[in-house]
Amino acid sequence: MKTFINFVKKEFRHIFRDVRSMVILFGMPIAQILIFGYVVTNEVKDAKIAVLDLSKDEMTVEITNKLTSSGYFLLVDNFKSEDEIELAFRKGEIQEAIIFEPGFAKKFVKDGKAEVRIINDASDANTANMLANYTSAIIMNYSFAESGVNGASGQIIAQTRMQFNQDLKGAYMFVPGTMALILMLISAMMTSISITREKEMGTMEVLLVSPLRPVQIIVGKVIPYFLLSFVNAISILLLGFFVFGLPVNGPLALLLAESMLFITMALSLGIFISTIAKSMQVAMFISMFSLLLPTMLLSGFIFPIENMPQILQWVCHAIPPKYFIVIIKNIMLKGTGFEYVWFETLVLFGFTVFFIVMSVFKFKTRLE
Amino acid sequence: MVVASHISISYKKVNALKDISFSVNEGELFGFIGPDGAGKTSLLRILTTLILADSGSASVFGLDVVKDYKNIRKITGYMPGRFSLYQDLSVEENLSFFAAVFGTTLKENYDLIKDIYIQIEPFKDRPAGKLSGGMKQKLALSCALIHKPKILVLDEPTTGVDAVSRKEFWQMLKKLKNDGITILVSTPYMDEAELCDRVALIQKGEILDIDTPMGIISKYKNVLFEISSDNMYKLKGDIGKFNDTLSVFLFGQFLHFSPKSGRKDTDVLKKYLEEKGHKNIIIRECKPNIEDCFMDLMQSENG
Repeated sequence: MKTFINFVKKEFRHIFRDVRSMVILFGMPIAQILIFGYVVTNEVKDAKIAVLDLSKDEMTVEITNKLTSSGYFLLVDNFKSEDEIELAFRKGEIQEAIIFEPGFAKKFVKDGKAEVRIINDASDANTANMLANYTSAIIMNYSFAESGVNGASGQIIAQTRMQFNQDLKGAYMFVPGTMALILMLISAMMTSISITREKEMGTMEVLLVSPLRPVQIIVGKVIPYFLLSFVNAISILLLGFFVFGLPVNGPLALLLAESMLFITMALSLGIFISTIAKSMQVAMFISMFSLLLPTMLLSGFIFPIENMPQILQWVCHAIPPKYFIVIIKNIMLKGTGFEYVWFETLVLFGFTVFFIVMSVFKFKTRLE
Repeated sequence: MVVASHISISYKKVNALKDISFSVNEGELFGFIGPDGAGKTSLLRILTTLILADSGSASVFGLDVVKDYKNIRKITGYMPGRFSLYQDLSVEENLSFFAAVFGTTLKENYDLIKDIYIQIEPFKDRPAGKLSGGMKQKLALSCALIHKPKILVLDEPTTGVDAVSRKEFWQMLKKLKNDGITILVSTPYMDEAELCDRVALIQKGEILDIDTPMGIISKYKNVLFEISSDNMYKLKGDIGKFNDTLSVFLFGQFLHFSPKSGRKDTDVLKKYLEEKGHKNIIIRECKPNIEDCFMDLMQSENG
């Protein structure tokens, strides 16, 4: 037992003395959460727009006011001719231009319809699409309200409400995904690298010739990363809560227990990788390709699984983080208990057992 | 006591060891001498249970290297060829870690490693990666000794170490031998062979000879001369073309030459060299060393 404690102590020393490990362990999670939370966001906020008002009546002024006071848009310029629009787009000064036709208010009252043109910088297609939707929604709203005042009736107003993420907050989507990504990367990549490092440095040779049992070597390697990953999981939750206001609606204890299960799964995957890889480089590449990309692309983190081709959907089912993301979204956002996540939990547990069995099967008590 | 019989191993298509048999007595300092790629590392790894031989069997103190590998690992101190300590841990941390791995402490066995450790103790807080080659060697030896092994296996411990440190290192081995530890050591340096009790000369996975250094030298039957002149480079080529040449090798500042005929009369050779334009020619008979024997054995093996 004393031998074992010493081994764990040694592992901690390796981690704390290596600047790169420390950066990956503690810098990466915080940076990723903040980057995904803030930068890679679908929210519309202070988009720069310009207005070309060819009518300048009370109605167009009111619509412009409604747009700017919504908080989504920032009016940077009032144009006088259409030529200016083209130039402003090219310079990147604005993301959207709105053109009101001449005699806007008159036409609206007389003909019951008036035209407004919305032009977007579609070099960023997603944002353009979203801005256009927001703008037309605000204008439609206004027109419905106006026509109501003017006595025209019988119009249906469709109100959508976004369940669980009413403001379509990006953080709600990204925090669970990022948490899965970080835990996966840190646990699996770091353990696989630290085990292969011993192989590469030749110290594994000495450890093997010692009376230490392989199980002791492996568990000793894993424990520090388990603790540090758990600290990471908690700090991600805290960041999500305090910085992005992400609630934990379900039982916290269940959330932490599920996180531990996921960490264990990732660690056993890391051990498995280290039994295949002979060098740190190989371990790194396997981790990157088998963990980073699938976790980002195929786990439902960024792209909805339902929209993928059938074959890819099947592949998605073999990606462990997918289940973890479902679990934490359920617990954190929907506030459900174990009865709604038992299946996903079981799958994660199955993955863990699978990787451990495979590792034990493949781990060698000798050099190859 | 180490016994190996008919050990063979091959990697892919290369036969690294071919039907090797030998035995080492308890308390002996036994050397495996041979050039790089001779199979020394494979052999030591088989004895330390790190790899399995394709065929043949071996035992260490009566323990089979396949069946009783766990027990062998308890009594073996092993120092691999590469510097394999934790570079980011300090000298002291490395030692206490390896002590702990073997279930002992630095204090408990301090006496055993005192002579060696005392030389690196002033640097005990320095990371092992920042030590000089000689000091790394001493630290690695200390780590291999910390658990009082019955048998010490050293794979090319002096490769890449300066001449002074090499000498010191062999003195330490002598001392450990006197403490009763059986030592197996491999080295590519022929001059170190003479410091062993017995040596096995290995070449291309085969043992050429096993004997005491004196025994091996006494088996050398050729007449041997050392020769020098003012143009050593040309000298080697010229002697190579001489019609009575059996072998010629460069040893330090002399060429070692042995004639096919075994004649001790060197007038013909001297005349031949003078004709070739050499000046300050020295030709004198000399005693063979292990390297001469090795070269000779190698040549007769190939021929």
